[in-house]
Amino acid sequence: MNLITSRYFPWVFLVAVAVLPLMFASDYKLFQFTMVVVYAIAVLGLNLLTGYNGQVSLGNGAFYAIGAYVTAIMMDKWDIPYWATIPFSAVICAGVGFLIGLPALRLGGMYLALTTFALAVATPQLLKYKLFDDYTGGVQGIVINKPDAPFGLPLNPDQWLYLFALTVGAILFILATNLVRGRIGRAMRAIRDQPLAAEAMGIDIAMFKTRTFALSAMFTGIAGSLGAITIQFVAPDAFGVPLSLTFFVGMVVGGGASIGGAIMGALFIQFIPNIADEISKAAPGAVYGLILIAFMFLLPGGLASLIRILKRKPA
Amino acid sequence: MLLEVKSLHGAYGESKVLHGLDFVVEEGGVTTLLGANGAGKTTTLRAISGMIRTQGEILFAGRPIQGMATEAIAALGIAHVPDGRGTFMELTVEENLRLGSYTRNDKAGVATDLARMFDLFPRLNERLHQQAGTLSGGEQQMLAIARAMLLRPKLLLLDEPSFGLAPLIVREIFEILGRIVKESGLSILVVEQNASLALAIADRAYLLETGRFVMSGAAEDIRKDETLRRSYLGY
Amino acid sequence: MDGFIHQIVSGIASGGIYASVALALVMIYQATHHVNFAQGEMAMFSTYIALTLIQAGVPYWAAFCITVPVSFVIGALIQRVVMEPLAKAPVLASVGVFIGLLLTFNSVAGWIFTYTLKPFPSPFGEGKPLFGGFVSRHELGSTAVTLVVLLSIWAFFRFTKLGLAMRAAAYNPVSSRLVGVPVNKMLALGWGLAASIGAIAGMMVAPVIFLDPNMMAGVLLYAFAGALLGGITNPLGAVVGGFIVGIIENLGGAYVVGTELKLTTALFIIVVVLTVKPAGLFGKTLVSRV
Repeated sequence: MNLITSRYFPWVFLVAVAVLPLMFASDYKLFQFTMVVVYAIAVLGLNLLTGYNGQVSLGNGAFYAIGAYVTAIMMDKWDIPYWATIPFSAVICAGVGFLIGLPALRLGGMYLALTTFALAVATPQLLKYKLFDDYTGGVQGIVINKPDAPFGLPLNPDQWLYLFALTVGAILFILATNLVRGRIGRAMRAIRDQPLAAEAMGIDIAMFKTRTFALSAMFTGIAGSLGAITIQFVAPDAFGVPLSLTFFVGMVVGGGASIGGAIMGALFIQFIPNIADEISKAAPGAVYGLILIAFMFLLPGGLASLIRILKRKPA
Repeated sequence: MLLEVKSLHGAYGESKVLHGLDFVVEEGGVTTLLGANGAGKTTTLRAISGMIRTQGEILFAGRPIQGMATEAIAALGIAHVPDGRGTFMELTVEENLRLGSYTRNDKAGVATDLARMFDLFPRLNERLHQQAGTLSGGEQQMLAIARAMLLRPKLLLLDEPSFGLAPLIVREIFEILGRIVKESGLSILVVEQNASLALAIADRAYLLETGRFVMSGAAEDIRKDETLRRSYLGY
Repeated sequence: MDGFIHQIVSGIASGGIYASVALALVMIYQATHHVNFAQGEMAMFSTYIALTLIQAGVPYWAAFCITVPVSFVIGALIQRVVMEPLAKAPVLASVGVFIGLLLTFNSVAGWIFTYTLKPFPSPFGEGKPLFGGFVSRHELGSTAVTLVVLLSIWAFFRFTKLGLAMRAAAYNPVSSRLVGVPVNKMLALGWGLAASIGAIAGMMVAPVIFLDPNMMAGVLLYAFAGALLGGITNPLGAVVGGFIVGIIENLGGAYVVGTELKLTTALFIIVVVLTVKPAGLFGKTLVSRV
């Protein structure tokens, strides 16, 4: 029982999730687990922005799209290796996030949600725009190749990709954990809960908000890059409102202001739709919708808060 | 007895504000609750109007009104001019007045009452189509009283009608209130920090300190008793 | 030149739709300070109700007259059951619920009615375009319906006791209760009314863009843009904004950015308004002396 609360737990957990699937999972299952890692990073990006900083975004799918396209274009047009595209994608998305964060500063809660929602609606159209056709491949999108394992490692491409994504994810999760536990995290939460007090304490709200936006965009963009490599394909219609809302659902279900919640949220958005899909094409949406409403009423802190509540009760 | 309040307890969240108040408002005439800032005066009025949760008993014309919705209490005939006057800033003066008679269906009666209000407050008639938010503080207070009177209430609750107004306007408003009481037989429960002002028109007074009554009696007696005034009211 | 005039006429016709949805959004925003992200999906669902009735043999206008009150009830019920308990919840919670409603309506519609595009009849006939070919019958008819709706709503709020009480409840719920206005009922009525307006907008736009569960996504975005452009605190402004956005959308689509970037135009308008003039063109800044 003390295993979960132990400080070594994250490391034990990491080694377990790295090794066990390689030994037992089929290639398709590995693909799914890789996508869980991808989604976990994206949801974590949204958690930082919305959960910790209180800026409600319904358009983070746009950053995911930019990350995916940066990687796809660099691999497709210039033959740059997949791993080398990720820093570019991170920097570009952080930049775009910063720029979008600037006008967002002036938008109080609801307005920001509305604007980012509009961004989500417009994203596929922008990706299809004919002036960028030469790079983006227009409606057709871009097909990219699955990378092989390097250094002659005895792993098939799916296994290698899983480990690669997991490594990137682990780095980002450690980064985020340290961030939210420290001074910056306290400032982010103070801005969310007590903006006036935060300002009085000398916190530069504008700077924190725009940088959080950049950070969130960077995480989400990296997720997009990894997602593109995993799926080996990018096309505009995959990056519309449903994608952004999927991240939103993942955030709410996992728990907004929680690092571990991002993992639970990612598991939810990866596996629940697959299960629901067997009932009807419309079922995943209905499940998302009803779950969202139910969580807002019953468990606004997400699954992470449920675990916190259960932990507090002596067994 | 128009209003009977028995061992009223009230709280905002965790902090208790009222600690068992007992008081009555008789039919006709003015009752005043005096006390300093934070004594619980506004809370008492809010409790009567069902705006906060309370414990104890509140009887209006013998009928328990506790737990009823604010709008239902208003419909029974309790008009409430809240602190800050409750002006509908975005609406015109006329619309503010029309809202005052929302619970009524007697058009002729409303028209008579409206004409009477214009007699008492001619300035409202002049500004009928102006946005209420553009009125001065004194005009807004007049509008608030007129709006409340259009409900044709049996009991009028007034929360600090003098607050933030110039002495001259305050005197005008209190004089008009006095006239309303005399001619209509209405009961008023007025809450005031300005004790001398309230005692001048009141029949009965209660003095509130941190949620408890420390003194009560006929307004005239308190007005005359210099020691009482000095020690409790500070004037 | 002819083409230009035709674009303007079409712009006014679609602008009327955006103006209606923008008005619905503003009504709810004024009362609750919430932006109803599900407004479009609710309208879409209402349109499916109308189509179902029509396909069952109900005459068009009868179906219209049934759909509007049914939508009213759905809207009022949503307010009572889902929104009222969350009235004081933080932004994230209300956005979450709205998105939940959006997803639910969208997928329930897809479940029942499938995701295929369906033609929706116009009550104004196919016929030849009127006035020298500048305006189609449906454009003329739907614009007329929209204007009638907007005018009736305006008259309702301006001249009736109930309309006044609804406005009062939106502006100042505390004072409203004190004069005896049942505020929660007014909010439910407002939701019902907004849903009815949305339903009419849906039925008017469906013959043009065909009916499918995602039909209203674009319309909602233009309505957002219109509401913000006109001023989200000003119903009349939102209506004017809706018409302006309709015209901009059509002219822009025809002459500037091309049809592929129409939605992006809406995003652009939203961002520009919110950063340059957040109160909108006609947003009132109240002068108050207290």
